[in-house]
Amino acid sequence: MQVQSPGEKTGKILNREIQAKIGQQLRAVYNDVVDQGVPDRFADLLSRLDAEPNNQPSDKETQE
Amino acid sequence: MSLNPSVRDAMLSAVPSLRAFAISLCGNVDRADDLVQETLLRAWANIHSFEPGTNMSAWLFTILRNLFRSEYRKRRREVPDGDGTYADTMKTQPEQSSRVEFEEFRVALNKLPTDQREALVLVGASGFSYEEAAEICGCAVGTIKSRVNRARTRLAELMAIESADDFGPDRELRAVLTGGSGS
Repeated sequence: MQVQSPGEKTGKILNREIQAKIGQQLRAVYNDVVDQGVPDRFADLLSRLDAEPNNQPSDKETQE
Repeated sequence: MSLNPSVRDAMLSAVPSLRAFAISLCGNVDRADDLVQETLLRAWANIHSFEPGTNMSAWLFTILRNLFRSEYRKRRREVPDGDGTYADTMKTQPEQSSRVEFEEFRVALNKLPTDQREALVLVGASGFSYEEAAEICGCAVGTIKSRVNRARTRLAELMAIESADDFGPDRELRAVLTGGSGS
């Protein structure tokens, strides 16, 4: 026979709430960084790489 | 010949989530940004091994994750960034009460073993499927699932301790102190 103690039941509800909260908090922590966008450092890096002929990946592949 | 601009744009648009993933791995913004930079350089040099039409973001995550792992193995465990660096660079400052929760969660997240944390972040925040996460981590789908489950259980334990406090008189006191419930 399945008997669920009140404590167990509360525990399950609490657990469900906590799991929902974990998902929410996880995304909050993550999106806080995502919302910062692309720092100049990386935009500059990619422009620089793209501008240097020697750094062209396709050239590198054939020259090496 | 210039690199296909769409490839460059795809890399650029992956940067914000790469940083978020890197920070969750390192717990330190400066190290995370160095890791992202190294990832972009590595990706650029190996772009010929990227298959057009496949998921650029997943490819970059794989590179970043592997770089982190090899660096991690070399350095063993350095002291993670407990507080300070991360909080200082936060763009949005959540309001006081949720700010506390936010920090508590971040601390709990950092307590997880790396393989559990990365699995949880990839699936729960980066939006990858279990299959994609398994490919990024180079392991079986079942392994990812069990890591995510263990991560959730552990976090729930850590947070249950926190929330037990929240239901005590402390909570009301905190509400009064932060002016949450009027007077």
